[in-house]
Amino acid sequence: MTQVLVIAEHANGKLNASTAKCVKAASTLAGSEVVVAVFATPGSPVVAQAAGIAGVTRVIEVAHAVHEHALAATLAPQVAEISAPFSHVFGPSTTFGKDLMPRVAALLDAPQISDVMSIESATRFRRPIYAGNAITTVEVAAGTKIVATIRTASFEAAATGGSAKVESVSPGSALPTHTRFVSLAAAGSDRPDLQSANKVISGGRALASADAFKLIYGLADKIGAAVGASRAAVDAGYVPSDMQVGQTGKIIAPELYIAIGISGAIQHLTGIKDARTIVAINKDSEAPIFEVADIGLVGDLFTIVPELEKLIDASRK
Amino acid sequence: MDSSQPRRILVAIKRVVDYNVRIRVKPDGSGVVLDGVKLSINPFDAIAIEEALRIKESGRADEVVVATIGPADCQATLRNALAMGAQRALHVVADASGEPLSIARILLKLVEREQPFLVILGKQAIDDDNNQTGQMLAALWDRPQATFASKLELTETTAKVTREVDAGLETLEVDLPAVITTDLRLNEPRFVKLPEIMKAKTKPLASIPLADVGGAGTARVKMIKTEPPPGRQRGIMVKDTAELFAELSKRGLV
Repeated sequence: MTQVLVIAEHANGKLNASTAKCVKAASTLAGSEVVVAVFATPGSPVVAQAAGIAGVTRVIEVAHAVHEHALAATLAPQVAEISAPFSHVFGPSTTFGKDLMPRVAALLDAPQISDVMSIESATRFRRPIYAGNAITTVEVAAGTKIVATIRTASFEAAATGGSAKVESVSPGSALPTHTRFVSLAAAGSDRPDLQSANKVISGGRALASADAFKLIYGLADKIGAAVGASRAAVDAGYVPSDMQVGQTGKIIAPELYIAIGISGAIQHLTGIKDARTIVAINKDSEAPIFEVADIGLVGDLFTIVPELEKLIDASRK
Repeated sequence: MDSSQPRRILVAIKRVVDYNVRIRVKPDGSGVVLDGVKLSINPFDAIAIEEALRIKESGRADEVVVATIGPADCQATLRNALAMGAQRALHVVADASGEPLSIARILLKLVEREQPFLVILGKQAIDDDNNQTGQMLAALWDRPQATFASKLELTETTAKVTREVDAGLETLEVDLPAVITTDLRLNEPRFVKLPEIMKAKTKPLASIPLADVGGAGTARVKMIKTEPPPGRQRGIMVKDTAELFAELSKRGLV
């Protein structure tokens, strides 16, 4: 029997969309029982949200004040403890899961498969290596407990409408005091979340200043898009690092991705290649971004973006 | 910690295909082409070395020791790290690189020998992209981890680390000793100058047989095949903004 434990990611009383994607991935395993573990403060609304994901058979609630902030060092021994009956332990391939899951794997003496993009069987997985320039299929011997992080851009979210039963447990693992949360400086924005948005508009080095990014924000707000950036734009200080799209930033799979003034370095393309439609606006017709773009336009972004905004405005009158 | 011990930082590095190399998958699916390809220090590990050197230069550490696990010719990679400014190098001689958990076990043995107050590693190697070893070492060592660091401030007994997370910048305080993994924006590694390359040739580099650090461990993840990624088709070019807008409208995207 394949039993999968999915570690829920959440913040501020809201379940992260990555959890439903992990559930979807877990559900593709034949005959699997999918259990979601929620480590949260007592009374957290996240428990009910997890129980509402279709395909979840049970939710394990671990309620403790210490879980106000997710700390890998605190969570890992507890996750390892409740993982005992499970054949697979899944977490999202987000910074939360990337931080936590290897620590869990080491405590369980289990191999970890990182960034799973497809599941061939209970023991066989496909994952990207070399920044997505190669895809490798790996196999783990049957009977080995497997820890995995699930590449969220590769799986759709499981639907809602489930009603899993909730079980509360209190693991006995000692809570370490050697790691303490100090602060979180969130960019704080009313725009859609970059990781889960349907539409994303990113700006690159060609914007040439933080101020010019207003152009990108303006267009994004017009069509309800999240805003991202290339590594060059982040390194140049135009926008904060949490907006970086690419192999070392966020890997996203929106319906629409508009790359403005982005040349399309390999590491950026790795982060967007699962987007449904890629639009590129760049003044250099040789820019590599055009090799992957569904719609390309060569020209000056400082002219094109305002024109595009006007056309959108006009179409809504 | 024993105050008579030098304050030591251990930096674990990996030799990988240089980030400028265009990766080609072997036609038989057995892996990527490595013959005749330029190999370099994993870029995140170069950042780890740089950070350790800066800590030493600020007076908060006495010694920077670099370590790697791999075949004989990995020594060139260690010499490079010595040329950057590390004092000593450890080379665990192994045929292949090994799975992250096996590597973490070997590193734990080195940690037990060297008693560092800080271990710094790259957050991931740009070949396997596993992003596991640092976290696994921290777990086995039962010490704190601060991954994806973009800023590091030390006191005698703690490290305050700013981490690049999806939600923004998270700051943690961890007790020492601890494991730190580096993100891109932690620093910019220095260039190595010729005199330092000469000097590095005389710095101590110890070869350690694999058997002395617990052996290779069991490989449990078997590579079945490696393929090139599915390519995206080049789409259409439009000639102006009006055409772009028309195309987006037609596809229901604006």
